[in-house]
Amino acid sequence: MYDAGKIITGLILFLVLFTTPIWVNLASGTSAERPDIKLPVDEKQCVAATEYMKASHMDLIYEWRDQVVREELRAYHSLSGKEYEMSLTKTCLGCHSNKAEFCDRCHNYVAVSPYCWDCHTEPKEGI
Amino acid sequence: MSGIDRRNFIKIAGLTTIIGLSGKPLADAFASQPAQASAAEKEGHVGKRWALVIDPKKCLEKEGCRACIDACHRIHNVPQFDNRKDEIKWIWKEEYEKAFLDQENEFIEDSLKEKPVLVLCNHCDNPPCVRVCPTQATWKRQDGIVMMDWHRCIGCRYCVAACPYGSRSFNWRDPRPFIKEIDKDFPTRTRGVVEKCTFCNERLAKGLPLACVEACPEKAMAFGDLEDPESEVRQLLRNRFAIRRKPYLGTQPVVFYLV
Repeated sequence: MYDAGKIITGLILFLVLFTTPIWVNLASGTSAERPDIKLPVDEKQCVAATEYMKASHMDLIYEWRDQVVREELRAYHSLSGKEYEMSLTKTCLGCHSNKAEFCDRCHNYVAVSPYCWDCHTEPKEGI
Repeated sequence: MSGIDRRNFIKIAGLTTIIGLSGKPLADAFASQPAQASAAEKEGHVGKRWALVIDPKKCLEKEGCRACIDACHRIHNVPQFDNRKDEIKWIWKEEYEKAFLDQENEFIEDSLKEKPVLVLCNHCDNPPCVRVCPTQATWKRQDGIVMMDWHRCIGCRYCVAACPYGSRSFNWRDPRPFIKEIDKDFPTRTRGVVEKCTFCNERLAKGLPLACVEACPEKAMAFGDLEDPESEVRQLLRNRFAIRRKPYLGTQPVVFYLV
């Protein structure tokens, strides 16, 4: 191989530079700041467990959507035995009334833009 | 020789076959079949075949009355476009001749001929729009409502072309800026989605009457179940003659006009 020394040094240099952000973060002991979401004050109980809601709220919402629109079922019985109306705007946003500081902060953090809001309106949203 | 001879073998084999073949239908016949009450029957209005009866003679007593149109369009976030090309309509006024193309009676009562007629989705028994929808975004419910799932509409407009009554409107533009005041209990639509009257299914689920029926100051509209012989709509249809739009197409509309 010609110029092996230069090539290998160049490759190592490239790798170090390319992964700099990882080393810097590791060295300083910080990671990206997690979203600071505002939970509702008055209500402590969600329709399902927090862990489930964190990971799968979109599945639940999709299921609600199909049940209401296509199956004509509107009541949701949670594990805690409470009955809720399957409604994004009434039930979900009824408690999580601050979309900007709850939904949006997390969605922005993970860079997803759900299209729910193209049609459904947030209670306070001023349009 | 123990057990079984040819004669008995054939007997047992035959018997087993008979039991085997009849097993499933028998089991089905004896199994209890609790009729699952649909959600709609559990709460709110109980009905099998919704219908709307409009009395054009009572309608528009006050000239320029738009009570039903305004009520419907307000609660369903129907945008108001000035340009007729972009217009979205759930319930609207149509000239008599245009609404009833097939009515060849030139000398029908003037009071009918001169006034516009209220028209809306006919919630046909045999809806052409449903047949052409490639995504099943529109379908016919058990109670006859031709329902729409706006989540699923891809905006192909086959249904717009298929509907012989012009009851379907397409959102060519983003409707939100053209809604005077958004009712937050009901979604808006987006650009690229078809919309139409859904017989206030969201109100029926709560046991409320249709918005247009409720809003009419002349009580010119009656809503009810065609399957119930005692319902108001059946009484009206029994006592008065009624016409429907384009009956020759075989779509079987359930919006009736008393004459």
